[in-house]
Amino acid sequence: MSDSLTVGILYSRIRRDEKLLLEALRERDHDVRKIDVRKERFDIEKPPEAFEDVDVLIDRCLSTSRSLYITRFAESYGIPIVNSAETAQVCADKAHNSLALKEAGVPTPRTEVAFTKETALEIVESFGYPCVLKPVIGSWGRLMAKIDSRDAAEAIFEHKATLGHYEHKVFYIQEFVEKGGRDIRVVALDGEPVAAMVRSSDHWLTNAAKGAETAEFELDDRALELVKKASDAVGGGLLGVDLMETGDDYTVHEVNHNVEFKALDGVVEENVPARLVDWLEENYAEGEQ
Amino acid sequence: MTDDSETVVATDPVTGEEIDVPADVEVGEIIDSPITGAELEVVAVDPITLEEAPELEEDWGE
Repeated sequence: MSDSLTVGILYSRIRRDEKLLLEALRERDHDVRKIDVRKERFDIEKPPEAFEDVDVLIDRCLSTSRSLYITRFAESYGIPIVNSAETAQVCADKAHNSLALKEAGVPTPRTEVAFTKETALEIVESFGYPCVLKPVIGSWGRLMAKIDSRDAAEAIFEHKATLGHYEHKVFYIQEFVEKGGRDIRVVALDGEPVAAMVRSSDHWLTNAAKGAETAEFELDDRALELVKKASDAVGGGLLGVDLMETGDDYTVHEVNHNVEFKALDGVVEENVPARLVDWLEENYAEGEQ
Repeated sequence: MTDDSETVVATDPVTGEEIDVPADVEVGEIIDSPITGAELEVVAVDPITLEEAPELEEDWGE
């Protein structure tokens, strides 16, 4: 039995994922402190009382903006946090994510960014149809658009430019990848896969949150290599790496820093939350940091 | 582990009616009201107290 850890779970909503993690931590008699970030004050001088004596904080905030600030505050207080502020920063924004993957030599879909609808239209015309428009911040497949024609592109860009938050005026455009109706989600710990699944759908979006069917997937050597490189590219930690099959290779389209694992845990033999706790014990027990 | 089928009674904050909720709910957990379908947040567990959950926001996700 490893030393007992004091683990602070930062949350604003307990999903099935957090519940699984809480159960796994309690089963091993770790001291679990649930910290509702909506009720905390973050002083630049000193940490909130709720952070006192925690060995590690786990950022499970649903809100990306909260996640970005909390990870930064935790690091300023000198408290280890999963994931790091750097990882949150890179993963929270799809443009940063794409750049990190590209810089690390990880195959990733062709992507361009523009700041006006006119220039965005130039990009889609040069990419050809269909292509994909994604919000730079967002998840669960929301506000994603598969653009099939110039008319559709003009309408979507006009709506985003007129109605959207300023982040919607950053047009993130990606080639449409023929992925055979499925993609692969890998949950990894510092680049070491815990388990993987395929998400299949007749719809072009294959997010589990959109109702895609899921099944266990065995990673080959190339996928293992890319998961490790993608994890390193964003700073490591507890991550969800998303890959698409391109025939003779893979392309990594995204790395998620606040990964949901309930769907994966439901389809694979591996006990995903137990593996997360193993990893926390290995990395954050006294003397391990 | 608590039996998933075990339930306790709590008050639906929208309708004021009594509803069954899983006995092992955690503070912060979201349940769907069996009456209205609305998302309800567990704000206390002894006794179980529910409030209307915050609406989904654009930056929520993974």
